[in-house]
Amino acid sequence: MARPVQEINAGSMADIAFLLLIFFLMVTTMDIESGLQRRLPPMPDENQKQDDIQVNRRNILVVRLNDSDGLLAGGEMMDVSMLKDKAKEFLLNPADDVTLPEKEEKMIEGFGPYRVSKGVISLQNTRGTSYKAYIEVQNELVKAVNEIRDDFAMANFGKKYIALDEDRQRIVRDAIPQNISEAEPKDTGRKR
Amino acid sequence: MAKFNKKGKKGVPALSTASLPDIVFMILFFFMVSTSMRQTDRLVTVKVPEATEIAKLERKDLAAYIYVGTPIPSRQAQFGTDARIQLNDAFKSVNDIRDFIAAERETLSEADRQFMTVSIKADENVRMGIITDIKQELRRTSALKIMYNARKADTHFGN
Repeated sequence: MARPVQEINAGSMADIAFLLLIFFLMVTTMDIESGLQRRLPPMPDENQKQDDIQVNRRNILVVRLNDSDGLLAGGEMMDVSMLKDKAKEFLLNPADDVTLPEKEEKMIEGFGPYRVSKGVISLQNTRGTSYKAYIEVQNELVKAVNEIRDDFAMANFGKKYIALDEDRQRIVRDAIPQNISEAEPKDTGRKR
Repeated sequence: MAKFNKKGKKGVPALSTASLPDIVFMILFFFMVSTSMRQTDRLVTVKVPEATEIAKLERKDLAAYIYVGTPIPSRQAQFGTDARIQLNDAFKSVNDIRDFIAAERETLSEADRQFMTVSIKADENVRMGIITDIKQELRRTSALKIMYNARKADTHFGN
């Protein structure tokens, strides 16, 4: 004679679920990891004699930040809000100005020849510069490059850079490289 | 017919809580999927600077974190209010970064090591001196992929 299966009391299920929920609320975080991604230059070999790579003066835009977060770009004091346009003008060099970076004809795979700018933005800071100002400047420089890339992508593919497929993004990246160099620290008062 | 109305008065029928577990489980699963386990206890206060051109870190599991900021109030008596570096669960100096990176590399598989990103979570008020030291140390250990942690700016200035 089979006994009828007794029904399991599910009344405490909610309590158990609440316990689990609260546990997960406590031990997990929700913050999204986001930020400005950079690639540091490799350390020069110490044994190797350091031969300064001669870069033509016109190809470098020196951006300096001093102790009081003052900004100097290409030899003139300016506000951070003006830096983006300065950087864009420097990288684009639309009128082939002799004081702005030269361009080199390069064969880009899948696209054809394109005159790639040889401009390098060199970002220098002192030990007293605040991190906030530094990130702000980095952000403006990245924004300048991103805007140029967007313009290039729009003109050639009719889409924004981010909407392009992998292969075309590479073409855009090759055509407009992000040459922001974080120079060797040169400041005084460094204890080591 | 006394059998059918045991109680004389008709009360409000009890609210069925049978679907409560389902609802709670739904919330639970949402949190399980959308959050990640907290790795370390924060010993420094970090308010990352704002930026507009931020990119998301694709592989969170390949990241090593370096926290820079002033110690939390309960630790200030011991460590002062000057900006400090936190690696894992302890205050460390710049010279310890080398070991830290080596240890982090060890935890990754051979194929993933080259993609390791060092995420620098620094407070917006720290000075660049300490960041420069960290960067130099990272270059020495050839951990070249770095990310300056930043949060999305709410207001855009300029355009």
